[in-house]
Amino acid sequence: MALLEVNNLSISFGGLRAVGDFNLKIEKGELYGLIGPNGAGKTTVFNLLTGVYKPDEGIIKLDGQDITRKNTIEINHAGIARTFQNIRLFKQLSVIDNVKVGLSERIKYSLFESIFHIGSYRAKEKEMEEEALRLLKVFDLDGEKDILASNLPYGKQRKLEIARAMATNPKLLLLDEPAAGMNPNETKELMDTIALVRREFDMTILLIEHDMKLVSGICEKLTVLNFGRVLCQGETKEVLADPEVIKAYLG
Amino acid sequence: MSFLTYLINGLSLGSIYAIIALGYTMVYGIAKMLNFAHGDFIMVGCYIIFSVSAALSGNPVIGILIAIVLCTLLGITTEFVAYRPLRGAASPLAVLITAIGVSYLLENIALLIFGADIKSFTSVVKWEGITLFDGQLKIQGVTIVTIVVSIVILIGLQLFINKTKQGQAMLAASEDKGAAALMGINVNRTIMLTFAIGSALAAIAGALLCSAYPSLSPYTGAMPGIKAFVAAVLGGIGSIPGAMIGGLVLGIVEILSKTYISSQLSDAIVFGILVIVLLVKPTGILGKKYLEKV
Repeated sequence: MALLEVNNLSISFGGLRAVGDFNLKIEKGELYGLIGPNGAGKTTVFNLLTGVYKPDEGIIKLDGQDITRKNTIEINHAGIARTFQNIRLFKQLSVIDNVKVGLSERIKYSLFESIFHIGSYRAKEKEMEEEALRLLKVFDLDGEKDILASNLPYGKQRKLEIARAMATNPKLLLLDEPAAGMNPNETKELMDTIALVRREFDMTILLIEHDMKLVSGICEKLTVLNFGRVLCQGETKEVLADPEVIKAYLG
Repeated sequence: MSFLTYLINGLSLGSIYAIIALGYTMVYGIAKMLNFAHGDFIMVGCYIIFSVSAALSGNPVIGILIAIVLCTLLGITTEFVAYRPLRGAASPLAVLITAIGVSYLLENIALLIFGADIKSFTSVVKWEGITLFDGQLKIQGVTIVTIVVSIVILIGLQLFINKTKQGQAMLAASEDKGAAALMGINVNRTIMLTFAIGSALAAIAGALLCSAYPSLSPYTGAMPGIKAFVAAVLGGIGSIPGAMIGGLVLGIVEILSKTYISSQLSDAIVFGILVIVLLVKPTGILGKKYLEKV
């Protein structure tokens, strides 16, 4: 059974069909790329998968569970975490607190305990601190744990966003243009980070990307969107050689 | 010496404004709405304490506890019934007008139940206070209690927000509700918690306010509510230390101008200061300026 199975997903805004008859199947452990020209509907697909938009038609199944009309919180709890095209960290929180926010639905204690600092408060806070530190170490951010997220350099902000998403313990990680605005060195480091996430957490990843070098370098399978429709789907090499795809990209 | 007395009285009044302003500023910071009914929660709290004390004719502590619980419930219910359905509304004005409506609703319900006549409120602080410098400086018990309570509340809130996961969720939601929800944070629950805390603080502020100024009417909360709102804006709305500083500044200016300038002009002076501060620093004393990236 595929980890993510999307059937006939469609959504329209006004009269415009942003995504139509979208199908996708991602097996566990795969690194899957979603590519396409600007305005093709890639981020809309992410917003549909995470419940930000509700689809007009279609079914989304995660690990066999129907999550089609669930809200964003339920979908996160079901196991999808994401990052954003324009980084959306909690800028006024420290690096470690950003990760802790991601952890907070996993490590629970009651409001009563937190007001009076009793019961499991101390133990759970300690557990959260340790877990957050462990994650930061994996991403090599533990040296900056107490500085404000907004003060991190750009590349590290991207990393922290991935770390925060990983803190929610997802089954599937969605990365929305992780290399946007990066220089070649940062892109290289990002590729290493993505490889690290797969190795360390055995994670299934779906990513949107414009950087063809990154896509052809790490993605195993690709889906190409054009005008909200699937243009081509399959192994990376075959897809990139497809004349339709080349036409869509080069006009 | 009399100056010191006035200063301390100003500090005490300012502490009450600060506690009310905390409710305004937290709700604004997280729900991004102005709860204009907040001042009336104070009035409701006062009437509850008044009624319970009359019924039990004894220890005011029970009355205060019941007022805190009922005001918290009132805050949660108001949020759930009146504000939450409007959160996605096209215009932020919808929820603002609703808040003003809730304010008048509460005032008029109080008018129906308790009538328009002014009730005399018995102070919840029985302590006489202290006398210093051979009787030259007398500080009332309620003044001291008010200042101490506000300090405890400020420290407690800071600890809660910075050291607990519910507090962190509040900070996260105040910055980016969408991203917080995608990280699994229940934003509605977080906003509800904010209202609960703000309303509980309103009950405490009510008990202190009516103990210092012991006359209770359905409009008791209106003016302190507006002034606390001014305090929150003055300090930088959304900022908790800002609400505290704004409240204290407002209280001190009000008492000193009442004493040394004119008691009729004091409100004009208070609001005049607001205008000047906002002209010089539109985000308030501790307000941060965010530059939207394009």
